[in-house]
Amino acid sequence: MTSTHLDWDYAPAPESPAIGAVRDRYLPFVDGVFAEGRGPDLDTVSPGTGERLATVSTSGREDLELAVAAARRAQQQVWGPMSGAERSKYLFRIARGVAERARELAVVETLDNGKPIKETRDFDVPTAAQHFFYHAGWADKLQHLGLGPDPAPLGVAGQVIPWNFPLLMAAWKIAPALAAGNTVVIKPAETTPLSILVLAEIMADADLPPGVVNVLLGAGDLGSALVTHPGLDKVAFTGSTAVGRQIARSLAGTGRPLTLELGGKGANIVFEDAAQDQAVEGVVNGVFFNGGQVCCAGSRLLVQESVAEEFLARLQARVETLRVGDPMDKNTDVGAINSPAQLARITALVDAGVSEGATAWRSSCPLPERGYFLSPTIFTDATASMRIAREEIFGPVLTTMTFRTPDEAVAKANNTPYGLSAGVWTEKGSRAMGMAAALRAGVVWDNTFNRFDPAASFGGYQESGFGREGGRAGMAAYLRTDDEPQLAPQPTEAGA
Amino acid sequence: MTSALTDPTEAPSSGDALPSWTTDVTRNESSLRRFLAGLPGVDPVGIEQRAAALATRSIKKASKLAAIDLAIAMVDLTTLEGADTPGKIRGLARKGIDPDPGTEGVPHVAAVCVYPDLVEAAVEQVRGTGVKVASVATAFPSGRSSLAVKLADTALAVRAGADEVDMVIDRGAFLAGRVGLVFEQIQAVKQACGSARLKVILETGELATYDNVRRASWLALLAGGDFIKTSTGKISPAATLPVTHVMLQAVRDWREATGQLRAVKPAGGIRTTKDALRYLVAVREVAGPQWLDPHLFRFGASSVLNDLVMQRRTQLEGHYSGPDYVTVD
Repeated sequence: MTSTHLDWDYAPAPESPAIGAVRDRYLPFVDGVFAEGRGPDLDTVSPGTGERLATVSTSGREDLELAVAAARRAQQQVWGPMSGAERSKYLFRIARGVAERARELAVVETLDNGKPIKETRDFDVPTAAQHFFYHAGWADKLQHLGLGPDPAPLGVAGQVIPWNFPLLMAAWKIAPALAAGNTVVIKPAETTPLSILVLAEIMADADLPPGVVNVLLGAGDLGSALVTHPGLDKVAFTGSTAVGRQIARSLAGTGRPLTLELGGKGANIVFEDAAQDQAVEGVVNGVFFNGGQVCCAGSRLLVQESVAEEFLARLQARVETLRVGDPMDKNTDVGAINSPAQLARITALVDAGVSEGATAWRSSCPLPERGYFLSPTIFTDATASMRIAREEIFGPVLTTMTFRTPDEAVAKANNTPYGLSAGVWTEKGSRAMGMAAALRAGVVWDNTFNRFDPAASFGGYQESGFGREGGRAGMAAYLRTDDEPQLAPQPTEAGA
Repeated sequence: MTSALTDPTEAPSSGDALPSWTTDVTRNESSLRRFLAGLPGVDPVGIEQRAAALATRSIKKASKLAAIDLAIAMVDLTTLEGADTPGKIRGLARKGIDPDPGTEGVPHVAAVCVYPDLVEAAVEQVRGTGVKVASVATAFPSGRSSLAVKLADTALAVRAGADEVDMVIDRGAFLAGRVGLVFEQIQAVKQACGSARLKVILETGELATYDNVRRASWLALLAGGDFIKTSTGKISPAATLPVTHVMLQAVRDWREATGQLRAVKPAGGIRTTKDALRYLVAVREVAGPQWLDPHLFRFGASSVLNDLVMQRRTQLEGHYSGPDYVTVD
């Protein structure tokens, strides 16, 4: 039989950058106004090309004071006294605004962050809208949260969010705070300031009262000044464990409630009786989603020895089909690393893995010549003592170990100072339930990975942080109940 | 049913001899049942998520045109109506040979697919064109008859010159766990096919679970089926993307296990170019680029051909024409 086999591949299918309508210059949003900040200008770079994308004006100390004062005023005079039903209307309006400008937001996020357009379009932006919709529903139902008859807002929340899900993290932080009646001063990461400014435009268009949400722009020093500001009633941070530890130290004794969502070293545990093809899919999704730049990434694969060889072969074959490249191409599966600094950090850890004796396998997918890229990498025969098995890599790098019994899987999975996520792959329901109870992780996914829903609480054990986001527990983090001890004196108007 | 099964290595198979483990597996019904039950499960949420994610691939420009041509070349242009006549078959065959008269470079379809008594009419039309004639057989579509009738049905098609036979499995026996019976019937039909290629229709809409689809796929492959095919087109649901994923995984794993290449044919419900392209994406990314070949992948369809022809023109001419500009046969 003659073969007419065709060497068919996909033509480039780039999304148009024009849809993002990216401007040359962006300004902080304080007290309802986009105004020049008092800090130095900062360029934000598109990781897919390595080229300058836009310039942002950053905020100085004075801007911080103004923002906190504006937030206090708005909370006391407008947002706090407003009925829950009225607050929910604003949140619904913001949610619709995000949905209406979804395509623009997806493009802006991909240009600024480097993650594939497929992900921003199908995950980041819709999930952000979903968070506003979900929390809009809570705004007039606070008394039904199970927190007492009349839970009250805390006041002004200071929030610092990371670069890996800029828009989604903004939604996670802002939506519950606003639903509960708090006002917000929030700072995005310096490498990804743009999508939250589009969100600020959406909020302004929704006629959100001035000062309810203030967006400050700047680097780590501004973030540290924000979270330690005495005029706040609540601090929420998502980012690295090192910074989280600093924040915890500086807030100790102030009585200011703190939520920390930090790093992770999630274990994905594959038993011999798992649905193998879907487990492969789940492991790929677990560690290559957003190029592994995910705090709850399943970066450690624990596979039962009896199926390890076959499973790894299937996994490698599947990873070979991942399309690494231009984040704006609709067919790209793995995009760019967010910054040269992050790329260097990942590369250093990969080098450490090789020099410590683990075997590195890399996908053969060609990488673009410009921009910050890394081939999906799988380490086999890693041991628990290696840095790649202990430290959070925050990149498209999977570390593989094997186990023989369920007890050994639990012991290995729990053998980490972190505890954010874990995955269990088995067709046996009783085993999945038993594992979920034994694993010390805030989220345990059963036969899936990296699934998020605003109704499900998310948060960590140990060095992965404390406090929960999403669901009722996430709302509780922004509310004061009558029976809670008041450790700190009520903050007064914070003026410069 | 626990009758001894014949040694499958003696049955005609595509390509090289099967490895010896297959002999152990197919020794008797209980070994066969144990083997099928031991295959890894399919997680429905996971497979549907994966199928939906792959369906978002964006196929544009040159790759779209190439895919359209490939899809046309993979069509088993089908008519399976009680009202079919030799005249209808003549029209269908002409359409398959030249799907877009007056346009250069359009490939012919892979085959025309008809009932056994109309094979002769089809063979006459396609002689020398490269288009093959496929015939359904074995008491299609229900398969509810004796093996003798099924073999006679097959023989009728083969004698009339069918290049390919599309048989149906006994779903009742499969669901009742009588996998040995299903296995023996596939083997017997395969033998009756002679040199004709055998497509084994699993009727996945009646098997209901992905686990069953995987088991039936392996059963058909072990019994010597050259193709595994989703559906008769008479039962809803017919072909779906997730079911086709499971079957593509089966032929991929079969090659890993035996070195042999077997084919897949989704049938029914594929009506638009967009549908067809989604299947090609699945072929490429689940089984592998090697299966992008009319010998190894087919579409059982009829109306999709005209949509492919229309979309092909759109790619070349830059604007849509309309259904009046393609022939209805």
